Amino acid sequence: MDVIFGNLDLWGGAIANTLLVFFVGGLIALVLGIIVGAMRVSPVPIARGVGTAYVNIVRNTPLTLVFFFFVFGYPQLGLPDLSNTVLGILAIGIYTATYVAEVLRAGINTVPVGQAEAARAIGLPFGQVMTLIVLPQAFRSVVPPMMSVFIALLKNTTVAAGFSIAELAALRATINDAPGRPGNPMEVLLWVAVVFVVLVLAMSAVQRHLENKWRIAR
Amino acid sequence: MTSVLYDVPGPRAIVRNRILAVITILVVLAAIGFVVFRMYTTGQFEPQKWYVFTFANVWNGIFGALGKTLGAFALAAVLSLILGFVLAIGRVSDHAWVRIPVGVIIELFRAVPVLVFMMLLYYGLPVLGVDMDPYWAVVIGLMVYNGSVLAEALRAGIESLPKGQKEAGYAIGLRKSGVMRLILLPQAVRAMLPVIVAQLVVTLKDTALGFIITYPELLYYAKLLSSQQGRPILQSAFVIGGIYILLCLILAGVAKWVEVKTRHSPKLKGYTPDAGADPRMRDESTVTEVIAMQKGRGRFDSTQI
Repeated sequence: MDVIFGNLDLWGGAIANTLLVFFVGGLIALVLGIIVGAMRVSPVPIARGVGTAYVNIVRNTPLTLVFFFFVFGYPQLGLPDLSNTVLGILAIGIYTATYVAEVLRAGINTVPVGQAEAARAIGLPFGQVMTLIVLPQAFRSVVPPMMSVFIALLKNTTVAAGFSIAELAALRATINDAPGRPGNPMEVLLWVAVVFVVLVLAMSAVQRHLENKWRIAR
Repeated sequence: MTSVLYDVPGPRAIVRNRILAVITILVVLAAIGFVVFRMYTTGQFEPQKWYVFTFANVWNGIFGALGKTLGAFALAAVLSLILGFVLAIGRVSDHAWVRIPVGVIIELFRAVPVLVFMMLLYYGLPVLGVDMDPYWAVVIGLMVYNGSVLAEALRAGIESLPKGQKEAGYAIGLRKSGVMRLILLPQAVRAMLPVIVAQLVVTLKDTALGFIITYPELLYYAKLLSSQQGRPILQSAFVIGGIYILLCLILAGVAKWVEVKTRHSPKLKGYTPDAGADPRMRDESTVTEVIAMQKGRGRFDSTQI
């Protein structure tokens, strides 16, 4: 227990940083993912092509490499200095955006074309076809996989530890490299694992709840 | 082309789509152009930045690192497949004392981030007096995580099979092991093959985490190169990144091919629309086949709904 109460300040900072990367990265992923997802299903072939290229390239790049590009590569371009944390958040946001876009695209594709055709046939304008018919149905099939994407995002924040961003997985180095801090690597890492298990299981519980609440009966 | 989102475009929509297309091209060109411009002004295209890649030794090093990446991936893939099968069979066991602990193990291993697990093996175990090579930390970390993910996929595949499959197996006198080995698993693997191959792509990508625990794989070599003469940081990232993307695209291509292949497989689809395969046209066909056909689905199609 010493490993927690002796380093309470470090744990607080690390958890705060992990949540910061998670929430801001998640927000970037959501916004960018919605834009790319919209491009992927748009009637403009070029926009579809750009979206597909982005998704295929970034999805097939290891997240560690995306971090590498941002954290080590960005400063080479002589642009305004950004801290490692900001660059890491950008990297994880841009990486996760591809998964968000794919979930959205898959969700829209689950709505049968006949639904929209029927809506158009009874004379609904585009806005109402979307808000009354297509999006409510797509939303239900999007929520559970979207939660999976965010669970993966939470676990992926650990990659930031390799790029000197002081979050949970980097705590081992912080505690063990500081003189006089209690706790050995095993203890620190086991507690980090416990924190992640608790967070992930909580998110899975929410996911299951939402899945049952919005199950599609078709 | 019509879709859920839009109808066949009329004259005004065609004009609007053209404008959107032009805007997309401009935005993308502006973004790429800006990065290339910054790279040009900071001298990223100068010959000395690319100088290290003219040495045969550097390329030998890259191929050596590639071998390390592929070595870790291959062993981790094989081991995670084995672990996946073992855990999946445990997960659907009839005995609660097997099923529940295995379920807890799967949930735990899926919830712990792979990197934290690798760190536990590499930095944590020496505390207990066990020294772990980074290679084994990477392989075991990947095996445990991907094994449990595969186990969940296989379990979903087994549970999605119609109940009659299992019952029929017992009815012809097979034992529990025979039902699992000859009837349930082959169908579950077939149905879940795309998921399994996709998970292998994830395994390949995650070998790059070895970089963080000092396993000398591709990305580690990129870091090494970037401290060489001329500091070719972006250049080595591009070269190594290109290799990674190529490898993953090849594997993803295999996944796509497998998916298409299984979807068109006659063994998966009981009913094909041509008259020769119509069960009503043949004398030896069973009632089940006819019912399946009349319901408009293949015999084992329940997974695809």
